[in-house]
Amino acid sequence: MSSSRSADGKWPWLFVLPTFLGVLVFYLWPLVKTLYDSFTETGPFGGATWVGAANYSQLVGDSEVYRAILNTIVYTAIVLLGIPIAVLIASLLNRPGLRGAMVYRTLFFLPYVAMPTAISLVWRIIYNGDYGVLNQALGVIGIDGPSWITQPWFALVAVALLGLWLVIGFNMIVLSAGLKGIPAELYEAAALDGASRAQQFRSITVPLLTPSIFFLSVITTIAGFQLFDQLFALLGPANPVMPKTQSLVFLFYDAAFVGNERGYAAAVAVLILLVVGLLTLFQFRLQRRWVNYD
Amino acid sequence: MTRRSDRERLGSNRLAHVVLTIGSLVMMFPFLWQLKMAFSSQAEIQAIPPDLLPKGLEWSNFSEVFQRLPFLSQFWVSVAVTLGRTVGQLLLCSLAGYAFARMSFRFKAVMLALILSILMVPSQVYLIPQYQIVQRLGWLDSIQGIIAPGIFSAFGTFLMMQFFKTIPVELEEAARLDGCNPWQTFWKVVLPVAKPGLTSLAIITVLTSWADLLWPLVVTSSPEEMPLAVGLATLSGYEGSISPGVMMAAALMAMAPILILFVVLQRRVVEGIAFSGLK
Repeated sequence: MSSSRSADGKWPWLFVLPTFLGVLVFYLWPLVKTLYDSFTETGPFGGATWVGAANYSQLVGDSEVYRAILNTIVYTAIVLLGIPIAVLIASLLNRPGLRGAMVYRTLFFLPYVAMPTAISLVWRIIYNGDYGVLNQALGVIGIDGPSWITQPWFALVAVALLGLWLVIGFNMIVLSAGLKGIPAELYEAAALDGASRAQQFRSITVPLLTPSIFFLSVITTIAGFQLFDQLFALLGPANPVMPKTQSLVFLFYDAAFVGNERGYAAAVAVLILLVVGLLTLFQFRLQRRWVNYD
Repeated sequence: MTRRSDRERLGSNRLAHVVLTIGSLVMMFPFLWQLKMAFSSQAEIQAIPPDLLPKGLEWSNFSEVFQRLPFLSQFWVSVAVTLGRTVGQLLLCSLAGYAFARMSFRFKAVMLALILSILMVPSQVYLIPQYQIVQRLGWLDSIQGIIAPGIFSAFGTFLMMQFFKTIPVELEEAARLDGCNPWQTFWKVVLPVAKPGLTSLAIITVLTSWADLLWPLVVTSSPEEMPLAVGLATLSGYEGSISPGVMMAAALMAMAPILILFVVLQRRVVEGIAFSGLK
């Protein structure tokens, strides 16, 4: 603005340098270091030797990596269901004259503010195969529930349902903000033309919400591929089912801090970076086809 | 005509209430169940079929939390880490955000681009080197070690920068004419006006720090030095040695501060999340 270089003098540096140096030391340098480390191998007495692309070829040949990617896809797909569910809830909450909207909003949002690791313990007990209330409820309608936490696919679904439950409130808030941006006149005009509620929803609400839906699908996918907290807290790191349900981040954690294979772990981290980057790019490419900006 | 559409609206709002009530019951169930379990005896917890309401209030689960787990020390670690990160981020991010929004200096564009570039990188990519730095500093198993990288935030800097851009420049110009230096202008004039932006950032930082798992899991190893999120996460799989009722009581006490904070500051939290979510 009106501030000139001479007027500000040394002040800008005092303002910027603490953050910039912190970012340099704790983020930018680590980024470079991880890229470098991914081409090295940790020796038995510490120290690292350059091994070229060995970690990456190990990665490509590692069936655990493919399993982890597949698990993450299944998990993300289930959590993405949180978007249509939240569209429904947000549009119900947005109805004119609906009483108690604030109460509903609070209740739906509560899981998002709860600590995932604490609430995972609660879910673990709800999912319990012997006395868990979920299987008791399924029993009432004649279904013999599985042992959720100890069978690979069921455990993965259990983690994903927890993830879905956690994220709906956040989706709802973002979509409610999007709904507020839709002018009421559009609905009035449509109603005058004789459009039913369902038709209005399909031809006004959904198209005009596509920017919010797009934003949510991008961040849900990014978060999905970084699955760790719910998996770790719900199943427990020592769970025998873990090799079959683990995510890329768990694989990374295990290699880096349990197995002490830093080079390989760095390569897994680079893989996560690539996958997340490509998926985001892909979604941005695709957005022209379905996202409505005007 | 109006009467008919009023009736229609009431009728369909009734359906909306049914859907929303069922939905909110599903969302609330784990909390209610946790509350019930925390006050149940071991026998009640494993009863088949379960009673939906507790038979009495079994307080022993809560006292047992303090005997079986280093709950209090973990609680204080959580408080210290959350406060440290939040205060640190509010100060550093608003300083840097203000400079990027309002000041001109050499390399500004490059520095901003470098800071923002880290937004796109998953946090695992930094984790091993960050761990090595903290280890080198001798900060493993310490509060400053848990706080360290998290007080520097590209997201917070960006959020504050965007916020400062919306404040009218005239305020600062008046302060400058009154003889304030940039620090005084920032501290006395800009920051007080920036409360909504600061509140947003504070809420997001408090929520994420209180819940943060991976980083504190990596830098702490002794139970007394862990924050609650880590302490609780490592409990899972101990059902044999620690009874579910005690676990539920611990989880309930760990969540309580954040839930109370949310209920008190509800509207601000919702606005803050919406504000930051939409940039």
